[in-house]
Amino acid sequence: MEIFIVNLIGATLRVATPILLAAIGETYSERAGVLNLGIEGTMLFGAFIGFFVADQSSSLWLGFFMAVVSGVIFGLLMALMTVTLRVNQHVSGLGITMLCTGLALFAFRLNYGGRSVPPSIDSFNQLAPFKNIPWLNTITEQYLLTYITFLVIVPLAWWLLFRTSFGLKIRSVGENPEAADAAGVNVYAIRYAALAIGGGLMAAGGAFLSLAQVGSFTHAIVSGRGWVAIAIVIFGNWNPVRAMWGALIFGGTSALQLRLQTMGLQLPIPYETFLALPYVVTIIALVLAGRNASYPAALLKPYRRE
Amino acid sequence: MYIVEMLGITKTFGELVANDNVDFQLRQGEVHALLGENGAGKTTLMRILYGLYRQDTGVIKVEGKPVEIHSPKDAIANGIGMVTQHFALVPPLSVAENIVLGNTDGFIVNRAVIEEKVGAAADRFGIEIDPKALVRHLAVGQRQRVEILKALYRNAKVLILDEPTAVLVPQEVDALFETLNRLKADGLSVIFISHKLHEVTQITDRVTVLRDGKLIGTVDTSSMSQSTLAAMMVGRETFGVTRKDEQMEQQKVTLRIQNLCAKNDQGQQSLTNISLDVHAGEILGIAGVGGNGQMELAETLCGVRACASGSIQLEGKELNGKTPAEFTQVGVGRIPEDRHEGMVGDLTVTENLALEHLVEFTRNGVLDHKAIRRQSEALIRQYQIKAKPNDPIRTLSGGNMQKVLLARVLSRNPKAVIVPQPTRGLDVGATDYVRQQLLEQRERGAAVLLISEDLDEILALSDRIAVIYEGEIVGVLPAAEATPERLGLLMSGAVKEH
Amino acid sequence: METSRPRLRFIKTDNPPVWVRPLIPVLALVITFILTSGLIIWAKANPLDAYYQLLISPLMTRVSAIEILVSATPLLLTGAAVTFAFAAGYYNIGAEGQLFAGAIAAAGLGMAMEGIPGIITIPVILIVGFAAGMAWAWVPAILKVKLQVDEVVTTLLLNSVMGFIVSALLNGPWRDPNSGWPQSAEIGANAIFFKLIPRSRLNFGFLIGLIVIAILWFILSRTSFGLKMRAVGLGKPAARFAGINVGRTTLISALVSGGIAGIAGVALVCGIQYHLISDLSAGYGYTGIIIATLGSLNPIGVTIASLFFGLVDAGAQNVSRVLGVPVYLGEITQAAMLLVALGLFLLQRYRVRRM
Repeated sequence: MEIFIVNLIGATLRVATPILLAAIGETYSERAGVLNLGIEGTMLFGAFIGFFVADQSSSLWLGFFMAVVSGVIFGLLMALMTVTLRVNQHVSGLGITMLCTGLALFAFRLNYGGRSVPPSIDSFNQLAPFKNIPWLNTITEQYLLTYITFLVIVPLAWWLLFRTSFGLKIRSVGENPEAADAAGVNVYAIRYAALAIGGGLMAAGGAFLSLAQVGSFTHAIVSGRGWVAIAIVIFGNWNPVRAMWGALIFGGTSALQLRLQTMGLQLPIPYETFLALPYVVTIIALVLAGRNASYPAALLKPYRRE
Repeated sequence: MYIVEMLGITKTFGELVANDNVDFQLRQGEVHALLGENGAGKTTLMRILYGLYRQDTGVIKVEGKPVEIHSPKDAIANGIGMVTQHFALVPPLSVAENIVLGNTDGFIVNRAVIEEKVGAAADRFGIEIDPKALVRHLAVGQRQRVEILKALYRNAKVLILDEPTAVLVPQEVDALFETLNRLKADGLSVIFISHKLHEVTQITDRVTVLRDGKLIGTVDTSSMSQSTLAAMMVGRETFGVTRKDEQMEQQKVTLRIQNLCAKNDQGQQSLTNISLDVHAGEILGIAGVGGNGQMELAETLCGVRACASGSIQLEGKELNGKTPAEFTQVGVGRIPEDRHEGMVGDLTVTENLALEHLVEFTRNGVLDHKAIRRQSEALIRQYQIKAKPNDPIRTLSGGNMQKVLLARVLSRNPKAVIVPQPTRGLDVGATDYVRQQLLEQRERGAAVLLISEDLDEILALSDRIAVIYEGEIVGVLPAAEATPERLGLLMSGAVKEH
Repeated sequence: METSRPRLRFIKTDNPPVWVRPLIPVLALVITFILTSGLIIWAKANPLDAYYQLLISPLMTRVSAIEILVSATPLLLTGAAVTFAFAAGYYNIGAEGQLFAGAIAAAGLGMAMEGIPGIITIPVILIVGFAAGMAWAWVPAILKVKLQVDEVVTTLLLNSVMGFIVSALLNGPWRDPNSGWPQSAEIGANAIFFKLIPRSRLNFGFLIGLIVIAILWFILSRTSFGLKMRAVGLGKPAARFAGINVGRTTLISALVSGGIAGIAGVALVCGIQYHLISDLSAGYGYTGIIIATLGSLNPIGVTIASLFFGLVDAGAQNVSRVLGVPVYLGEITQAAMLLVALGLFLLQRYRVRRM
């Protein structure tokens, strides 16, 4: 039983990492007032480009870096569509998801053909700082990127959003762009910046999947994790630290589900119940918050200076 | 020595001359009122000073030196701050964060440090506010203080307040005036835009009166009585379409409003015990300065705002609690106050004309397009609407839009007609047309309730005039007894007549 | 901080010149072609050849022309579903989940009603499929109307929940023991849509798509409810002022939208797959949003957009087969066209003016 729980915690952290990276990215975007539904595609493209560059150059870190760059580019494309051209945010986001998916699968097919066994790379190694302490080792034997995500990305995001002038500007353009503009904040520039950072993190989440967790690229590598991230952002009330707890709950339920399934345990309810539960909880949370859900007030609203 | 001088300022919007060669001079350390009716050009003048508009001609000098003000940033750099009626605050942020937004010293915002700085500033200026509080938890009066502090924090030497009391409850007004007096003593110069005479006489040192975009004069407040100021503000002859005959005999009451109370969008009481009778064949004008509950009154009488208590009766039939559709059905003709919100801009003229009367044009759920089209063509002809039936409404001029709304309502011969601000923003020709239509309704025997901030309009059309002030009817006068001076005193809250 | 004042400004014009509008799709296609040609060259093909295969070749043979209509069938339905909601200002992002609700109903009834004549089975499946889509759309709709809970997020999240329900069914009670894949047993022959053209995949579903589009057109342009919907979608305050019940109109639109999406699921199960699988929809619910937007929420526009997407889908197969360019060129072209067209749509309202 102890081993089961310790294993579960270790797996939870691994499973939560890519979702958390993407959720932090989405938090930046939404805090600035843009719902980026391009998240699912941006993750897939990040997963692909990370894998592709790593495979070609034999450098995992170069692959990871290029994935982040691609995410920034798609974040900027989202900004062009929604901030400058003021196109409807859902449609732009879904269009970008479709574009990213098409591009990733196109390039993958071109380079790797339609083979049935996916190509693989030597993925990142896990760090084991406590090799000699049995259960602590199981928990802490993680990828460096997981450490970075939980110990750097999350606190950094919180600090940037709530303790710097940049974060103050992001929050103000997402809540009341008119007021921010009147105070001398460049609403457009801040939204571009937030979407670029957000896109980079989403793609990083995708690249974690291909470069660490899976060590390969398949069409279904992301399979809805972007939408999970959107639920987590809401569940976390647009706060990076709370999003981390949300990601851990998601990660925990899906790791538990996997473990129970591999153990072949017969449960009276389907395994999928565990997976669906966090979504249902998020919807219930939204209902309870009702009108008072602390959506950034300017979410979905383009800004135009009068 | 003047701290701000605006000389020969002219500003036009299309055909409308909002400011016509206006001079305005502000002394160091005074509270200076800018007085005038709605549309007199007060706000335009101040928006020019704050860099939100650019004057066509004229010079602005700050401390004697000519300056170019292209944006609020330039204004702030010249020591000018403005608090508008719509606060530019971010509700989920704290007071301190709102104040330093866009004005932070470094990249890192240390909460303790900014709260201390803002707290120190608040102490220095004698403005009582908790820097840690979230703006969304503050009452309107406190939010206004945050706005004032924000301007002062940026070293404003001149503070423009655009109708600062419009959103405040009386106690908050007292607190504001105390603050202003203290700031004045410290050498701050304040421009106080208002149309409430008692406030102007209470707080200001000098008054500049504007009327129809022109300067009427600048005087010392202490040398003027409220009635002289009222005369400066509104006094003028009426022109254009006017009511011809006096009403002969009192006819039956068509629309009876009793003890009507309602809340505004912020949940505050904005109408208190309104009781009015509108007779058949009568135009009852509701005069008043904007923001005194006219919008809420019109919306309540149109069925789109719930009344908290009281009753609205059309020929004895209770309407309180009914839907807008039921208001129309029983014969209340409703014209929306905001033409653009009252019409679906992307639907066609024909569709907008039919929208309120879909039942008439529907058989088994299917629209009778031919009948709708026939009605549209007939109404376009009859009401001289310059548009084709299939033009989207948003492409029409304001006057033609208003004609569409009038046509939609008046073609059904309603028993009572509610018309708020019917000629706002219209040119002279369209204004005359609309007024003529209202007089025809009166001839026909309809009870017309005309709510207008344009005193000319009220005087020209009404048989009786009621004055609304802070959500209450403060007097009802027969047209013959209603002089602009008397109305001006009522409208500015100086007196009550019952 | 410097304040840069733009020398060039976009001036909003309410009336773009009439000749601009029809040019937009053409211009969008040209720009998309330029943007994608790099990819085609990367795939060692001639861009002109590729676009010939993509856009022209499917029209040249009977078999591939029929495939266009097959590909367009689910898009007609989801496009119509999304249009119905968006026209009333309700942003239903949940067509994907509602589609699966309909598909579950179709597969369940198709298995259960084996032996009952098709003349009864198929109408029953259509009605229950519609009701299932409606039921799945009901939760977010009622939350929106009664509690003002934003529908974009709830409909989106419910898509994932529906995905788990499908997966639970296919891994659990409905799993076909005779198949290696997680899929349901095949529906009865009586529940299978008849073919419109023998020995092709084109079936009754396409006809249903056209009928739904026709009904959508009729409702939007000929009925009082359609006018109310459009009034609510284009200006809620004005609609309320004119006496329209905004909440009720929104609710009905949302439910019917879900129902139509459910029919799309029925058409996929009974017309193409004959059993429930988790890969039933290639994101048709999401593509429906794109179709509805490109079609300007106009039934004729939706039809054209669906057929165009169907053409590109069929053409992408040819590009892949003839030139060896990956089939995903189709998806890229569709997405790029959407983004370019949306940008152009908004730009047409502006004229550049020097300040």
